[in-house]
Amino acid sequence: MSIDQSNAAKVAKLARIKVEDDALPALASEFNTILGFIEQLNEVDVEGVEPMVSVEPMRLKRREDVVTDGNQQDKVLANAPDAREGFFAVPKVVE
Amino acid sequence: MSDLNKLGLADARDALRAGDVTSVELTESCLKAIDEADALNAFVHKTPEIALERAKAADERIKTGDAPSMCGLPIGIKDLFCTKGVPSQAASKILEGFKPEYESTVSQQLADAGAVMLGKLNMDEFAMGSSNETSVYGNAVSPWRRGNDDAQLTPGGSSGGSASAVAADLCLAATGTDTGGSIRQPAAFTGITGIKPTYGRCSRWGIVAFASSLDQAGPMTKNVRDAAIMLETMCGHDPKDSTSTELAVPNFEAMLTGDIKGKKIGIPKEYRMDGMPAEIEKLWAEGAEMLKAAGAEIVDISLPHTKYALPAYYVIAPAEASSNLARYDGVRYGRRAQLAQGDGITEMYEKTRAEGFGHEVQRRVMIGTYVLSAGFYDAYYNRARKVRTLIKKDFEDVFAAGIDAILTPATPSASFGLGEMTEADPVQMYLNDVFTVTVNLAGLPGISVPAGLDQQGLPLGLQLIGRPWEEGDLLNTAYALESAAGFVAKPGKWW
Repeated sequence: MSIDQSNAAKVAKLARIKVEDDALPALASEFNTILGFIEQLNEVDVEGVEPMVSVEPMRLKRREDVVTDGNQQDKVLANAPDAREGFFAVPKVVE
Repeated sequence: MSDLNKLGLADARDALRAGDVTSVELTESCLKAIDEADALNAFVHKTPEIALERAKAADERIKTGDAPSMCGLPIGIKDLFCTKGVPSQAASKILEGFKPEYESTVSQQLADAGAVMLGKLNMDEFAMGSSNETSVYGNAVSPWRRGNDDAQLTPGGSSGGSASAVAADLCLAATGTDTGGSIRQPAAFTGITGIKPTYGRCSRWGIVAFASSLDQAGPMTKNVRDAAIMLETMCGHDPKDSTSTELAVPNFEAMLTGDIKGKKIGIPKEYRMDGMPAEIEKLWAEGAEMLKAAGAEIVDISLPHTKYALPAYYVIAPAEASSNLARYDGVRYGRRAQLAQGDGITEMYEKTRAEGFGHEVQRRVMIGTYVLSAGFYDAYYNRARKVRTLIKKDFEDVFAAGIDAILTPATPSASFGLGEMTEADPVQMYLNDVFTVTVNLAGLPGISVPAGLDQQGLPLGLQLIGRPWEEGDLLNTAYALESAAGFVAKPGKWW
C-alpha cells in the first residue's frame, strides 16, 4: 500500500495537525518508508491468533458509580490557555 | 567527605544512617554539580528550594531512626512525571507553562519515602525518540566522549537527561520511563543500570501517557543494588491506575545474594543480528561465560517472532499515542496557537497541534491515526496485536521450558554522535530499540547492566530479561553479572 499526497492530507486532517501543502510530498514519503517497514507483518501467519488486549490477563476493576472527587474548579482551570467565568473558553463553535 | 554527589543510593543511605553526612550536604553537593553541568543540558527545570526543604525534613526524619532507604537521597525526575507546582512538559512545546495541580503516584511515593527532588530531567518529546534529539529543550548530551574527540554524543533516549545526569554524578539516581527501551538503551549508552519492571508494577498515574499498554516507570541508577532499593519504593498498587497490580512488593535488596547456581539462562539465537558489531557479539559471549562461571546453566533458545517485534511496536505504539495525545487541543492545558481573525475551533486545534508538537511526535500521531482509520484497522492494528500475542507466547514457551532469565545485548551499537542520524530515515533510528522492544510488547521485566567498553572507550550494556513479577530474581542475576563484569569506568569531566 502506498500513500499519496491526498492520503497524507487526509491523515493530517484526521489527526487535526495543520500541514502546509508544500510539506505533503515529504510527509507522504516518510509514511511510505514507515509503512514499508510495517508491511513485514504480512509474513506472519496470524490465522486463529487472538489480538492482544492486555499483557496481563486481567479483568478491569469496578467500583460503585458514585462521585469520588470534585469541587476543584479553580484547579481544573488553572492551566487553561483561556478560561473565563469558570469555563474553558474556545473560539465560536456554532455560527 | 568530598564529592558526595558521586555516591550511589546504598552508600549514601548507609552514610546518612551512620551520621557521617547529612541530606543537606548531599543535596548541596548535587546542586553544585548540576550548576556546573549546564553543558550536558540534563536538568531542564531545577528545583533547589524544594530540594533543600525536603533535605532538611529528611535530616529530621533520619534523626528519629525510622527512615526508609530512600530518605534524604537526592534524585532527578524525568520531565514526563507530573510534579505538583513544577513545570512538567514531557519536553514538548505544547505543554509550555503547564504546572500540574497534582503529583504522579511514583514521584509521590518517592517523596513520601523522603527522597529529595533536585529538578526535572531532559528527554525526547513525549518519550518518542532514542537519542534525546526531539526535545523542546534541545539535546541532552552524554558525559562520555570517544577518546579525545570532542564530538558531542547522545546519552540515548528517551530518558536521555536521566542517563546523562546519573552518569555525570549530578544526582544519585533518577526516574525513567520505558515504552520500547527508553530506560535500558540510555542506561547502556552511559554505563549505568536501568530496569523496566513488569507491566503493572509501577502506577502510571500522573505520568504523561505515550502508549498506555507499554509504558512503565523504573529507576536509573549507578549500580544494581541501587536499582533494587529505588524500584521497591516506586512499585506498588495504586487504585488510580486500573492496570497496576495488587501483588505485594518484595524487599528486592534482600534478594541480592549473588547466588545464581543452577539458574537457566537462555541465549536467543534470533538476537544475533546481521551487521551486529563484533564487539557486541563478543561482549554478549563474555556475559554468558560470566554467568556460567557463577554457576548458571547456559541454554540456547529460540524466540521465533523476534524479527516482527519492531514493526508490531511501530503500529501499536503510534496507535496508542495518537489516542493519548488527542487531549492536547489547546483548551485545557499548555499552549494554544495564536489564531487569525475568523479562525474557528478546527483551526485552533490544527494550528495548536502543528506548532506545539515537534516533527517526530507529529509523524507518530499521524501514523497512529492512519493505522486506526477505517479500512486499515484490521490490516495494520489488529494484525500487529495478533503478532504481539505471538511474541508474548515465544517468551511464555521458553519460561515454561524452565528458563529463568534471558541474556541479550542491550543495544545494537554504542552511543552515536548527536546529529549523526539526522539524514537517516526514521526506521534507522527505530532500530536502536531492536533488542529492548520485545520486552515491552510482552510486558516483562528487563534490566540493562553496564558490561564493558568498546574500542573508542564508550560503554556497552547487556540486557537480562526476567519472568513476569520476578524482578527480585532478575535483579539478583543482574547483580551476579555486575559483580563478574566489574565495570567501573567513568567519563572524564570535560563539562
